[in-house]
Amino acid sequence: MSIPSSWYLILSAILFGIGIFGVLVRRNVLVMFMCIELMLNAANLSLVTFSRTLNDVGGQADVFFILVVAAAEVVVGLGIVVTIFRRRATANADEISSMKG
Amino acid sequence: MNLLASTIAMPNIDYLALSPEIILLVGATLVLLATSLVRGGMKRNMATGITLLLSVAALIASLLQWHRVSTQGATITIAKAISMDGFSAFIGVTIACSMILATLIGHVFLERERITTPEYHILSLVAASGAIVMAQANDLIVIFLGIEILSIALYVLVAFNPLRGESGEAALKYYVLGGFSSAVFVYGIALVYGATGSTNLGQISDFFAQNQLINTGLLYAGIALLLVGFGFKVAAVPFHVWTPDVYQGAPSPITGYMAAIAKVGGFAALIRVFIAAMGSQASTWQPIIYALAIATLLLGAIVALVQRDVKRMLAYSSIAHAGFILVGIEVGTLAGTSAALYYLFVYSIMTIGAFGIVTVLGGDGDGDHDLTRYRGLARRQPWLGGALVILLLAQAGIPFTTGFLAKLGVVSAAIQGGSWPLALVAMLSAGIGVAFYLRVAVIAVLPGQPEMDADTDTPASAVSAATSRSQTGLLLEESTTTQSEEAIVNVPLLGAIGIGLATLTTVVFGILPGPLLDFANSAAKIFQP
Repeated sequence: MSIPSSWYLILSAILFGIGIFGVLVRRNVLVMFMCIELMLNAANLSLVTFSRTLNDVGGQADVFFILVVAAAEVVVGLGIVVTIFRRRATANADEISSMKG
Repeated sequence: MNLLASTIAMPNIDYLALSPEIILLVGATLVLLATSLVRGGMKRNMATGITLLLSVAALIASLLQWHRVSTQGATITIAKAISMDGFSAFIGVTIACSMILATLIGHVFLERERITTPEYHILSLVAASGAIVMAQANDLIVIFLGIEILSIALYVLVAFNPLRGESGEAALKYYVLGGFSSAVFVYGIALVYGATGSTNLGQISDFFAQNQLINTGLLYAGIALLLVGFGFKVAAVPFHVWTPDVYQGAPSPITGYMAAIAKVGGFAALIRVFIAAMGSQASTWQPIIYALAIATLLLGAIVALVQRDVKRMLAYSSIAHAGFILVGIEVGTLAGTSAALYYLFVYSIMTIGAFGIVTVLGGDGDGDHDLTRYRGLARRQPWLGGALVILLLAQAGIPFTTGFLAKLGVVSAAIQGGSWPLALVAMLSAGIGVAFYLRVAVIAVLPGQPEMDADTDTPASAVSAATSRSQTGLLLEESTTTQSEEAIVNVPLLGAIGIGLATLTTVVFGILPGPLLDFANSAAKIFQP
């Protein structure tokens, strides 16, 4: 038996939704990073699924680019968190808000 | 099977098409390498000099591209992933000019903050190459790579001032929202790929020409997500929430630089995707851009009116500028696209110049950007104050500056294209804009105020304060003079050259607009059938 491709697309949409929800709702910066990763990987799942249904290898190649970019992005993000943590000792986004207006 | 005999087909590479990116990226890597190898690190002046040379080289490379395109026509290279045409040459010129100005102004900042390491220059070179990649990309995934090269370098640059807490905070906000928008953009790419079967812009365009769409839901969702991603990058309302905080928190020269090249890159990719590849689907995306343009024009201008921090004021004004560029894109005609391109160039120069003055006035620690700091500037330092007034009036769209022609271009394109309500909103926004630009300009021209008037915040009350001050007599007059003498800021040579070049460009191309308008006009032609 085989799983229909629409199931993968639905799963990917659900993962993407969880990611968006997490970024908007959770206040811990590290959890927000994880949710962004979840969104990127949801997109990857869609790309691979479409790549299979379209019988075109391009979509799967794109996934590698996205994986590399995601890794680079996380490195910079953690670096920023570390510099803030040195000054404030917090990873809570609500406490990092001195600018208003 | 002889594995050795089988070859991998290599794509044909046109190195001239890639030359600006190669110059910027290889240069950045070499500077980084030299910093680690040279004993005692690379000197600040040396790094600035090399960066300037690299930026000029990238400018020459872009002009060579333009020459090649105008004599031999546009080409698509590297397995159709990169295109070299008038459009990419124009954006390349814009970004190289921004880079030159930003390096000159950045040097002032580095000198004042006693930052000796050349990472600032390295990262801004990398960011510039990312923006050029975005403008040249002929494939959605290459646009994504360009966005990320640009954004990741900018995240670090925003966090560049380790002594200011706001800098790190701004970087975190930019990072989280930037990462979020990139993820949304990638999902949009996936859906468009699913709907059209390719991420290549040319093939997407062919697909629309050859097929009747059955599964429109997937495509529409993809277009919407792509627009959300672009909306974040170019700070269009309602995706602008990060802009004021990030612009305020980032080091001032970086704010000017990112306000320029992030918008240039974002709009370049937006124009390429929507006008070039999805031009046949205009009925789908035009209403969304229409709504975005109206919201961006009005909110940017209105909120800018009430800002006291000059950096925040310029942040909202840059949002309003994004609205004008969106008007040009919404129209979708040749006139609209070329007006949007011209606007991008003009806007970059004006913004970097204005933030250059903010940098110079920011003082030690780059923290003092309140409006009171600008009071009486033109009296104390006529050249600096004059440059500020010219750059602000140009942003407001006063005749004989480039800003006037830019606004006129988009509005008249909108009227020709039949979107007269949009043109009306744009003119309204320009009218409100005049109010807040003039407010700062008037404060700069008025005489310096004593400390007790520091809480006045409107031009009207500043005027009344000025008259009451002139009546109070000599004693107060003397105390004012001593205070304003203290407030004179030192403008280093490179900073003066940077601000002077920006002001000169704004005025000269405002009086002699021909060459730049022709360039923008022929750069936009590739999108017409």
